[in-house]
Amino acid sequence: MSADPILEVSNLTVHFQNRRSNPFAPHTTVHAVDDVSFSLPRGSTLGIVGESGSGKTTAALAVMRLGPITAGSVKLAGTEIAGLKGEELRLVRRKMQVIFQDPYSSLNPRMRAGQIVREPMDLLDVYDRSERADRVAELFAAVGLRPEQESLFPHQFSGGQRQRIGIARALATDPEIIVCDEPVSALDVAIQAQTLNLLRRLQKTFGYSYLFISHDLGVVQYVCDEIAVMYLGQIVEHAVQVDLFRRPLHPYTWALMSAVPSANLAEARQRRVLLTGDPPNPIDPPDACRFAERCPFAEEICRKTAPPLRAVANGRKVACHLVSDDGEAPQHREGLEGP
Amino acid sequence: MTDKILSVEGLTIEFRIGGRFFPVVDGLSFDLARGEMLGIVGESGCGKSTTALAIMGLVEETSGRVPAGEIKLNGENLLQTSRRRMRQLRGNDVAMIFQEPMSSLNPVFTVGEQIAEVVRLHHGASRKAAMDHAYDMLCKVHIPAPEKRLHQYPHELSGGMRQRVMIAIALACGPSLLIADEPTTALDVTVQAQIFDLLQELRDATGTAIILITHDMGAVAETCQRVLVMYAGRKVEEGPVEAILTEPSHPYTSGLIRCTPHLDRDPPAQLPMLPEIPGIVPPVTELGKGCPFRPRCPHAHARCADMPPVIPVSANHGAACWLQEEERAA
Repeated sequence: MSADPILEVSNLTVHFQNRRSNPFAPHTTVHAVDDVSFSLPRGSTLGIVGESGSGKTTAALAVMRLGPITAGSVKLAGTEIAGLKGEELRLVRRKMQVIFQDPYSSLNPRMRAGQIVREPMDLLDVYDRSERADRVAELFAAVGLRPEQESLFPHQFSGGQRQRIGIARALATDPEIIVCDEPVSALDVAIQAQTLNLLRRLQKTFGYSYLFISHDLGVVQYVCDEIAVMYLGQIVEHAVQVDLFRRPLHPYTWALMSAVPSANLAEARQRRVLLTGDPPNPIDPPDACRFAERCPFAEEICRKTAPPLRAVANGRKVACHLVSDDGEAPQHREGLEGP
Repeated sequence: MTDKILSVEGLTIEFRIGGRFFPVVDGLSFDLARGEMLGIVGESGCGKSTTALAIMGLVEETSGRVPAGEIKLNGENLLQTSRRRMRQLRGNDVAMIFQEPMSSLNPVFTVGEQIAEVVRLHHGASRKAAMDHAYDMLCKVHIPAPEKRLHQYPHELSGGMRQRVMIAIALACGPSLLIADEPTTALDVTVQAQIFDLLQELRDATGTAIILITHDMGAVAETCQRVLVMYAGRKVEEGPVEAILTEPSHPYTSGLIRCTPHLDRDPPAQLPMLPEIPGIVPPVTELGKGCPFRPRCPHAHARCADMPPVIPVSANHGAACWLQEEERAA
C-alpha cells in the first residue's frame, strides 16, 4: 500500500431539485450527498456502508461520473475528472469500472459471455486487437470460469457465475479503480463467500483498488481495509476496519452494529434494539446533526448545529459533538456495553 | 407434545418441468408447538418457500401437486380439505407474510380497509367493528399515529411500516400459525431488528406459532428456538438453535454457518479467507439417488450414494448424514 491515493474525493455534493407539485409550492431539494470527502490508497479497499437512502450509491455513481455532481472534486490518479466531458471522459473510463449488484440485469442477454467480457476492450480501445481474445481467456481463468464457457449466453449460467462474468468484464480494461456496488447482495449465501474470496484473491494478485458499497456490515468488514459510514448523505465516521468494529465511536455506527443479527448465541440473546423508526428522508434536512432525532444521546447542541467530520485520537474521523477529542463516545461514558 | 399446532409428515411436493414431475420437496417431516418459533434455513431453491405454500394450500394453485404426505393444522389434514374449507382457514387460522411488503399490499385501498377486509371476510364483522379492530391491530404492531395511518395508502408508508401493516393483516384474525417468508430481506438492518422484536413480542402475547423462512443464521439465532435446515428439498438437519449453531452435525449446516461473513466485534487486522462451499445447489431435474449434498461435500464417500435417513444426534436433534452413524458407532 503506497501513500499516494488512487482516488481523492473532496467536498462531493449531489443535490436533486424536486419537481414542484404546483407553481406556488416552495422548491425542495434532496440532499443525496452532502460535502463528502475521502481518499482511497492504491491497492486497498474502502468500504462505504449505510442504510438505504444514505447516499452511498449516489456517491459512487458520481465518483464514476455516471451520475450528476453538484459540487466538489474527484481526482483519479491525480487527474481531476469531475469536469470532464465527451471523448475525454470516455477515455478516462478505461481506468474505472463497475461491478453491479444484479448479475441478472447487468449482462446483455443477447451477447455471448466471451463477447461481454471483450466489449469494454473494443469500445475503449485497450489492448491490441490481436491480443484481446487471449486477454478474454486470461480473464475467464482468473475469475474461475472454463474457456469453453465463452460461447455461452448469460441465461446458461447460475447467478454466481454471472457475477464472475461481471467481474471479468470490469477487469478487462485493466482499470485503476473498481467500484463494487453491492456485488454480493443478490447472491445466495454460499455463493457470496465464493465471490468475496474471488474479489480478495484478485486484489492480492493484481493489486486492484476497490471502492466497495454495501449495506452489510459483515461483508464490509471482511473485504475492506477502511470504512466510511454514511447517514443521510454525510459521512459520520471513517476509520480502519479494526478500529471501527472494535470500538465504534459515532452513536449511529454503534447502533447499526448492534442491530446486525449475530450467529454467536451469547451476543444474539443480549442484543437490544437501539434505534426506533426509519431513517428520515433527505429532503431539505435541518442544519443540525441529521442523526439527532434518532440518537439516544442527543443533547441541545446536536439539534442546533451540524457537527463537522473531525479527526480524533488514532487518526480516526467522526462527525459527532459528543465524541471527545481523545476518542471517548457517549455510549462509553454511559457505561453501555459495546455491541 | 399436547399443544402441537402443526404437524407435517412425509410431505412431497412436485412441479412439472418439461412434461415430467420432479420433487421440489421430498419426504419432509416436522412439528410445531403453540407459541414456538421455528426457523427454516437453506439456500434458494431448497424448497423452503414451496413448503410454506403447501401449508397455505397454494401448491395446487401454482401447477404443482402433492403426491404424498400429510399436513395437519390443529389435527385437521389440510391436504384433504375442500377448497372452500381451505379458504376459511387461510388468513384466519394460518397466515403468511412475504418478503416485499409493497407488492403484497393493494395500492388502491387504504391500510385500514385492507386490515378490516380480513376481519369482515372471516368473522363477518360490521364495517365499523372491523375498522375499530384494524385500529387496534395498528396499535399492536406499534405504528406511530395509528388514527392517521389507518386512512393512508401503502405508498405513503416506509418499508418498515408496510411490513408492520402486513403483520397486522396476518394477525388480525388471531391465527394459530404465522409463516414469515424472508420478512426482512427488503428492509434495512435497523428496521429488521425492530420487526424481529415485534414478531417475538406478538408471539409471546398471542401464542401464535411462527415459521421464519430465512437464509440468515444470525436471524435464526436471535429469534427462533428450533431450526430446520433444508437442502435440495430435503431436511438435512433439525434441532435446537443452540445445538445447531454450536455443534452442527451436517456438513451443509456447518458450511452454511462458516461461509457467512458474520460481524466480528473483535476482529484481527486482516480477516482470514471465508471457508467456501464449492459449487451450487443442483437443479431438481439433476438430482439422482443418494445424498444431494454429495457433490459439494468435503466428507463425501462411497456410502453417500444412498440417501441417509435423519439419524438422531441427541433427543431432539438429528442430521441426515452417514457421518452421524459412524460417530455414534465410534
